[in-house]
Amino acid sequence: MESITLKKLKERFPDSIMETHSFRGDDTAIVKKEDIFKICEFLRDDNELLYNFMMDLTAVDYYGKESRFEVVYHLYSLKYNMRIRIKVPVPESDCTIDSIIPIWICADWFEREAYDLYGIIFKGHPNLKRILLYEEFEGHPLRKDYPVRGRQPLIGPKN
Amino acid sequence: MSDLAKNLHTEHMVINMGPSHPVTHGTVKFLVTLDGETIVDFDVEIGYLHRGFEKMCENSTWEQVFPYTDRLNYLSPIINNVGYALAVEKLIGIDTPERCKYVRVIVSELSRLADHLTNVAASGLELGAFTAFLYFVEARDLIWDLLESVCGARLTSNYVRIGGLKNDLPDGFKEQTKEVFKRCRELWIDVDKLLTKNRIFIDRLKDVGIMPPDEAIAWGFTGPCLRASGVPYDVRKAQPYLVYDQIDFEIPIGEKGDNFDRYLVRMEEINQSMRIVEQALDKLPDGPINVDMPEYRWQSKDDIYTKIESLIFHFKTVTGGIRVPPGEVYFPVEGANGEVGFYLVSDGSGKPYKCRVRPPCFPLTAAMPRMVKGALIADIVPTFDMIHMIGGECDR
Repeated sequence: MESITLKKLKERFPDSIMETHSFRGDDTAIVKKEDIFKICEFLRDDNELLYNFMMDLTAVDYYGKESRFEVVYHLYSLKYNMRIRIKVPVPESDCTIDSIIPIWICADWFEREAYDLYGIIFKGHPNLKRILLYEEFEGHPLRKDYPVRGRQPLIGPKN
Repeated sequence: MSDLAKNLHTEHMVINMGPSHPVTHGTVKFLVTLDGETIVDFDVEIGYLHRGFEKMCENSTWEQVFPYTDRLNYLSPIINNVGYALAVEKLIGIDTPERCKYVRVIVSELSRLADHLTNVAASGLELGAFTAFLYFVEARDLIWDLLESVCGARLTSNYVRIGGLKNDLPDGFKEQTKEVFKRCRELWIDVDKLLTKNRIFIDRLKDVGIMPPDEAIAWGFTGPCLRASGVPYDVRKAQPYLVYDQIDFEIPIGEKGDNFDRYLVRMEEINQSMRIVEQALDKLPDGPINVDMPEYRWQSKDDIYTKIESLIFHFKTVTGGIRVPPGEVYFPVEGANGEVGFYLVSDGSGKPYKCRVRPPCFPLTAAMPRMVKGALIADIVPTFDMIHMIGGECDR
């Protein structure tokens, strides 16, 4: 039995949804990155869905796969008590995706974190800079090709 | 005189609060732009406690992640333990025995108590109510004594295991808890008398840091701060895990979403947590605390020394770690600060491919500028107290 969210998404965006599954009861939709903004807006505003919480935003590095990164959104609908996971493959050659801050303002810091640790550029983010690491840090530590024991000198702020 | 005031040269002043400031418990830096005493601009800088939680997890076995989760929200470490264990169990498809679930509820709620007690105590301290601090720290110490008798550690508990628990509750735990709660209730009444109707305390908290419900949702608030804004969302009620659906408790909500509501919500949650622990102790069934799946959870030492299969599995799980099937899950639990969600990706090897935790105080801290802009510099202290940012969890 497919959940209402996945059904509606498939109906509304037949071309953007690449794949869906419900492993262990977690509804998941893998979508094309060009349409992420439209899809998120639809999920928030549709009367039968109303995903008003952007619970989590993160990225995963599938090193060696064709599209290396995946940006993962976890949404929650307070009214209908439903959750959905949206996954967006992002290739390394074009490591950008649209920012969703206009839809959920709390995406601001989460996107900065994903940029900081994975180097994914969120287009349209008003203040995309490092958040957990310092500005002069080189590289993105959660990428799989960053060494586990990689050390860098701590450099003071540029003035 | 009026001419003088008009021509007086004034300019904004920029102040650095932190990263090592008595108020910024947990290291965090505020860049405050002031016009007189009014906050014109406010910038939060976090990351001082960043230690690469995810990178460490990706290079540990599934079992080795537990000590790291202790150090996320270090005031309520067991809730993180439980959240992580439940996420891994969901990924594998384990259902733990009934007794294990009850014990997990009991220790989670004790952790929540410790967290809320610390929060209210520290807030009182920073607003000048030192007596309230002493009372609640006494209560917290009693709770920690209880937790110490369960798992041997006061702060970094590392108590929960995948598919079970490190050990069962000690003998006489129920009676001990009763005594502790009796004293905690006395202390609660004392602090309630000292703070809830205290003019100074009310003046500092009331109508400060207001967050309307729709904005609180948009900013990703969860936990006591969201409930103070009047949104009755609690993971324990919305999507009950463990045995929370068999326990009778209420979730307090606030009216306005100011700091005073957040304080009241936390005070009431202390009572509700005590109720949950008492009910769970009454209902606590007998039986095993670990699942009977030797490939995931060690069997008892007796079995390991006498049965060859148990010995083999013990050797394999200790040296190579457990094998979790490939897949991905997200599992939310109600932490002391809000929704703690673990997003795990497994590729079938002995290590998590990705182990992400949703830190509840991360979006709360992000909303600090929204809450204090236009307020006075003195309002930063109570607002930041009630946000209850925990460096270990926010910066990971």
